[in-house]
Amino acid sequence: MAANPLRRFPGTGIAALAFFAFLYAPVIVLIALSFNSGRSSTLWEGFTFDWYGVVLDNPDILRAAKNSLIVGTFSTVISTVLATIAAIGLDRARFRGRNAVNSVIALPLVVPEIVTAVATLIFFLSIGLQLGLGTVILAHVIFCIPFAYLPIRARLEGMPVTYREAAADLYANEWQTFRRVTLPLLWPGVIAGAMLAFITSLDDFVITYFVAGPGASTLPIYIFASLRMGVTPEVNAISSLMLVVSIVFVSISAWIGRRSS
Amino acid sequence: MIDYFRRRPAARRAALVSPAVGAILLFMVLPLGLMLIYSFLQRATYGGVIWEVSFESYIQFLFERDLDDSLIFNAAYLQIYARSFGLAAITTVLCVIIGFPTALYLVQQSPKRRNILMFLVTIPFWTNLLVRTYAWILLLRREGLVDYGLEAVGVTDEPLGLLYTDVANLIGLVYSFLPFMVLPIYSSLEKLDFRLVEAAYDLGANRLTALRRIVIPLAMPGIAAGCILVLVPCLGAYVTPELLGGGKALMIGNLIQQQFGASQNWPFGAALSFALLAIVLIALVAYSLRFGRGALTEGR
Repeated sequence: MAANPLRRFPGTGIAALAFFAFLYAPVIVLIALSFNSGRSSTLWEGFTFDWYGVVLDNPDILRAAKNSLIVGTFSTVISTVLATIAAIGLDRARFRGRNAVNSVIALPLVVPEIVTAVATLIFFLSIGLQLGLGTVILAHVIFCIPFAYLPIRARLEGMPVTYREAAADLYANEWQTFRRVTLPLLWPGVIAGAMLAFITSLDDFVITYFVAGPGASTLPIYIFASLRMGVTPEVNAISSLMLVVSIVFVSISAWIGRRSS
Repeated sequence: MIDYFRRRPAARRAALVSPAVGAILLFMVLPLGLMLIYSFLQRATYGGVIWEVSFESYIQFLFERDLDDSLIFNAAYLQIYARSFGLAAITTVLCVIIGFPTALYLVQQSPKRRNILMFLVTIPFWTNLLVRTYAWILLLRREGLVDYGLEAVGVTDEPLGLLYTDVANLIGLVYSFLPFMVLPIYSSLEKLDFRLVEAAYDLGANRLTALRRIVIPLAMPGIAAGCILVLVPCLGAYVTPELLGGGKALMIGNLIQQQFGASQNWPFGAALSFALLAIVLIALVAYSLRFGRGALTEGR
């Protein structure tokens, strides 16, 4: 197809090149500057790992990183479990209200983040919950559900019914079929969903900013707060680290999805 | 128990689906309802609310009270909504202008190359928006790399100081939401049968006509989905205007945050949020009436 000149639109290549340059230039500049030994954001003054050392020595950053990991881990596990059992429940089921159920699960994706943040804050405070890591986890679980759900559902939909029918033919009961056939086949979808939920949790800023309360700062909150003090090489380093962690996670998630499909 | 569920698939389905759906209903739908109620309450001086019905928040949106308690029309808040709409609309148009040719380029590639490039398009989805926006501060600030580059090439001879302007804000918004435009256009173009384009050439169409009469109409569902996916989060943007607009270029998101921060006017903040939510829901309903139910969430 690519060889056929009738199927080409000249000029789109330049647009795509501009697109990718626009998308990646800032990220590359940020990562490059995190290795700059000077404090300038323009002039290159030599290569150094020093700023990463400064980051790892800063107790505030380490505490924020620990909070991010705690929140990410709990909200990933809980949201992935909820999403998995919901996906299994909805699999191939045709019933009235299916659209409504899917809409509810997708709701966290369509409501603007700032609105979710406001509503969640009001709700927590009016039922008398103390703001802290607990409220952050609770809020994260909710918006992570659709991110975990979508890859799991996609995986289930791509799974031929014949496998399960074969298991039934071989006298497996429903539980055995689920345990020995469905679950092993579903596993890559669950892992991919969990990874996306984890990154989503790790990256969230707006909702966390509203419901964190003192002492429950995550990394994005720390970065936002230190930006108020101005641009520092330290922020470049911690930001680059976060970028790299996200990219590694998405790559693994994509790789698992590709290899198993 | 297990026997009960085996014999009643509907009950089993309900048992499996209800934890996730229940969690979202309890911790998202209920809070949204509570937010609506809050918007009709009175503000307490140091945050929180007084449980007395009041339309003050909605009055405050359009009017301000004079010393003698008479109402004077005040367009300041309306202007922020209009501004946000303007910025979101320009962002959406810019995203179509950059995103459409990019998507068209992607579908012309070999499957293997496509996979790699599509992966590159999705990566920004999963990287921290705050961090990526911060990268633009480094580029746009006075004597930053953009200024430096433009001066080196000779386009400008003094620093532009783009940071904390509407231009910076727009660059940041387009940057944040561009992948949301490329992905849906790509998936509708992927299904495009290129023989239709060849048929158009056979019938004497040139490239531009083929593009205008064949490719763009067939890509329309993707373009529409992309517009919704850009417009909706753009209206509620908080991080970009805060960091790149520097608090001067206020958008709805910043205004809402202020009511829970400095202004301590929760009912007004709730009313502003509810107005934003209503606008978003109207846009989504209009979209799904035109392009079919679930077209957005089902990814079709």
